[in-house]
Amino acid sequence: MKTQNNKNLPPRVNDCVIKIATVNGTGSASANGLLLKALFRMGIPVVGKNYFPSNIQGLPTWYEVRVTKDGYHSASNDIDIVIAMNVQTYEKDLASVQSGGWLVYDSTWPRSKLLDRNDISVIGIPFSKLCIENFEGIRSRILMKNIAYVGALAALLKIDLDIIKTLLNETFAKKKHLAKSNLEAIMLGYNYVIKNLTNPLPITVKKINKTKDHIIIDGNTAAGLGCVYAGATVGAWYPLTPSTSLMDAYETFCSQFRKNKKDDKNNYCIIQAEDELAAIGMVLGATWNGARAFTPTSGPGISLMSEFIGFAYYSELPAVIFNIQRTGPSTGMPTRTQQCDLLTCAYASHGDTRHPMLFPANPEECFHMTVNAFDLGDELQTPIFVMSDLDIGMNDWMSSDFEWDNKYEPKKGKVLSAEQLEKLENFYRYFDSDGDGIPYRSLPGVHPKGSFFTRGSGHNKYGGYTEEGHEYQEVVDRLKVKWNTARKMVPKPDIKYSKTNKIGVIAFGSSDGATNEAIIKLRKSGLKVNYCRIKSFPFNESIKKFINKHEKIYVIEQNRDAQMRSLLILDLEVNPSKLFSILHYDGNPIYANLIVRELLDNESIA
Amino acid sequence: MSYISKPKVSHPKSKKNNIGLKRRDYEGVVSTLCAGCGHDSITAALIQAVYELAIEPHRLAKVSGIGCSSKTPAYFVSQSHGFNSVHGRMPSVATGANAANRDLTYIGISGDGDSLSIGMGQFAHVIRRNLDMTYIIENNGVYGLTKGQYSASADIGSKKKKGPANQQKPIDPVSMGIALGSTYVARGFSGDKEQLVPLIKGAISHKGFGLLDIISPCVTFNDNPESTKSYSHVRKSQNEVVDADFVPPAEEILTKYKEGEAMPVSLHDGSKIVFRKVDKNYDPTSRAGAYSFLRESQAKQEIITGLLYIDKEADDMHESSGSSSIPLSEISYEELGPGKKELANIMNRFR
Repeated sequence: MKTQNNKNLPPRVNDCVIKIATVNGTGSASANGLLLKALFRMGIPVVGKNYFPSNIQGLPTWYEVRVTKDGYHSASNDIDIVIAMNVQTYEKDLASVQSGGWLVYDSTWPRSKLLDRNDISVIGIPFSKLCIENFEGIRSRILMKNIAYVGALAALLKIDLDIIKTLLNETFAKKKHLAKSNLEAIMLGYNYVIKNLTNPLPITVKKINKTKDHIIIDGNTAAGLGCVYAGATVGAWYPLTPSTSLMDAYETFCSQFRKNKKDDKNNYCIIQAEDELAAIGMVLGATWNGARAFTPTSGPGISLMSEFIGFAYYSELPAVIFNIQRTGPSTGMPTRTQQCDLLTCAYASHGDTRHPMLFPANPEECFHMTVNAFDLGDELQTPIFVMSDLDIGMNDWMSSDFEWDNKYEPKKGKVLSAEQLEKLENFYRYFDSDGDGIPYRSLPGVHPKGSFFTRGSGHNKYGGYTEEGHEYQEVVDRLKVKWNTARKMVPKPDIKYSKTNKIGVIAFGSSDGATNEAIIKLRKSGLKVNYCRIKSFPFNESIKKFINKHEKIYVIEQNRDAQMRSLLILDLEVNPSKLFSILHYDGNPIYANLIVRELLDNESIA
Repeated sequence: MSYISKPKVSHPKSKKNNIGLKRRDYEGVVSTLCAGCGHDSITAALIQAVYELAIEPHRLAKVSGIGCSSKTPAYFVSQSHGFNSVHGRMPSVATGANAANRDLTYIGISGDGDSLSIGMGQFAHVIRRNLDMTYIIENNGVYGLTKGQYSASADIGSKKKKGPANQQKPIDPVSMGIALGSTYVARGFSGDKEQLVPLIKGAISHKGFGLLDIISPCVTFNDNPESTKSYSHVRKSQNEVVDADFVPPAEEILTKYKEGEAMPVSLHDGSKIVFRKVDKNYDPTSRAGAYSFLRESQAKQEIITGLLYIDKEADDMHESSGSSSIPLSEISYEELGPGKKELANIMNRFR
């Protein structure tokens, strides 16, 4: 096993980035999961990013494992080791290794000399040959080749083999023969490296204790679990990448925790709709009847749902809509991430409409904000958007254990009971008796006095049809009062001031990890910035204060048009000339060095 | 003019139904449709049907889309809940509402524009789910609210009041309903209330999707003799193949039917529909038979009416998805939330 280069990167422990290039549909997802979990079980914080095609089998896919003793949460653009298992992308993969790094490739077949790089080391391991010699059948050989690279990495990085064995036994507890064959493949890669590697890598891993009370989870699973804990019973959806796994998770958890005590049937109803228009219609039918209901979707789905979203705003029906944002416009890149639907969701539908949005920054927040979204939806009687994205929704995040308070009771808002309705002389659906812009609701079937007509056409405060200008206006003005009530109810931002309040950064959602990391790195470069992380829309007044307090604000976001910046100007009427943008929108998750570089460049700090 | 409320007076001697309500208690606000509109006759038949079935008004949910037909839920049973949704999307609202509370009675009102053009997708899929609801298409062949464009149900050669004759092939909701597997398919005529009331009562009592296509002439835009959706044309071409009578659960079937002619079918709630075959060869429990009969009569340019097909055995949406018999909206959070201890167990799966 030869390496061409001696100018390797300096030694590092528990701090490296490995990128694995494979073909999708070849079992690499299980191999990569195994690798990530093994590192996690060694007590080392990890980040797992999946770069996958909009395809089932045969196209290139990458998985990036960041081993980060410092516990950073974002992707890194500095790749130390590439495992190049896909000939199609070899050239690109070779180019992606940072100078001084390593490229591991399948040396079963000769490699073109043209594909040399003299600033990195190349390690050839005959994965295919080893698997052809040891396994029968084409499919099995392909799958095992991918497991074998985990073994090779275990030897290169010194990953604990016992942990890998334990993981395999857990995964294949019911299929012992698979545990055996997978381990065989691991050992093929492992032993080959042990036997042939002449100069060990200076980059290694070592057991530490930084993952206790932590889990590895993706945001969609966390949000699906949140729906179960929030007491949601109706889920309607149309399959759409990258939102689909949210409903999968909800269904899985429901099948375990939602059997009716009396008839042992389902305490939930999942409806796969004919399209997103139907999905949101179903949600509104269900919330009209008092159930907690939701729909997971992504940008294209939001476009289709828009008419009903305006209906829900005007007729004041709750709904929880998950927008697992992906790269737009149009079909865009379905398997790539962006924060690109802020303006679409904030003002979805025709006419004067506005909708609260929540911005979870990680799976733990997906779980808790989901519960919060259902409470807000019921209390405010309006659709709530949970603005996740592909990065949060589908990638593997290390997270603290989720906590639950058994005292939780769903906040159902102003819903009148049969007893309350009985006592009323008259019930008027859209009458604001409390001055907070939120009227009282009644649910169908509860009491004859609660009957009213839900409509998207002009209505007056009593719930009657109207075409009278002043009656119409009274209702839409009251909806504005409700908007300001919402402003006080949605999650407050995280704001950190310091002694020097010159430069501030604003970020939200999946940009939070990279922003936090960038702030630490910037401090080392001598640039101190304060951070305001926005968690919701409409914006809290404290955000305006934060902006006013600084000379300059950088708004960090993952879209081309600086949508958050626009929204801040629109909603808070802040001075636009103070707001600068750091934008990242190539579809890959944002990373810290990009923010560091842009800030240093802009502030002319070399 | 629906803000004008009708005076709440009724004749002291008017009859009360089983729950002590009068027919008057099932009325709605004054209709704002054109005088003579077929839809108002359907509304009257609906009022009669729910009054006779003694449905508690607040346990009735009326859902609709957009269009003249979809306005009508305001004109019957004011004491029930109404949901006038967006154009062509009533089926999804009904589906979600039913998912959340399976114990209410759902009546959906749609039109030929609402169901057969913009709402075709949802119409097809609500049938596919066999949602337990009554689905009425008030079919007049034109778009009324936008002033008389042809709809997808207009027949070739049919001519409305203004403009050229329609040249495109019609979509027949009854053929579609049978083809898609609707479990109760009937056609009625707004001008024949006697036939209509039992058809509506049957659809409401039927557990599953009850489709009623009701030809309902548009007096303003499409009631001229050259129109196949006019009163005169329907009266001339109507062929009542199966006369259905509705018998409530408690009543015995009296001997007003001759043996061999009558075929009682028991419904889920214990009520019965008694078919009286006008055409001896017709079998309303045969989907294939119903479909071919329909095609033959279409070729003869006959409008066949009556209860054309029924399948009372098919599972409805809840039965197929295995949901609890208790309405989901009524299940307490105590039973829905897995709690702190389970969450700790769940966490262990992700290490």
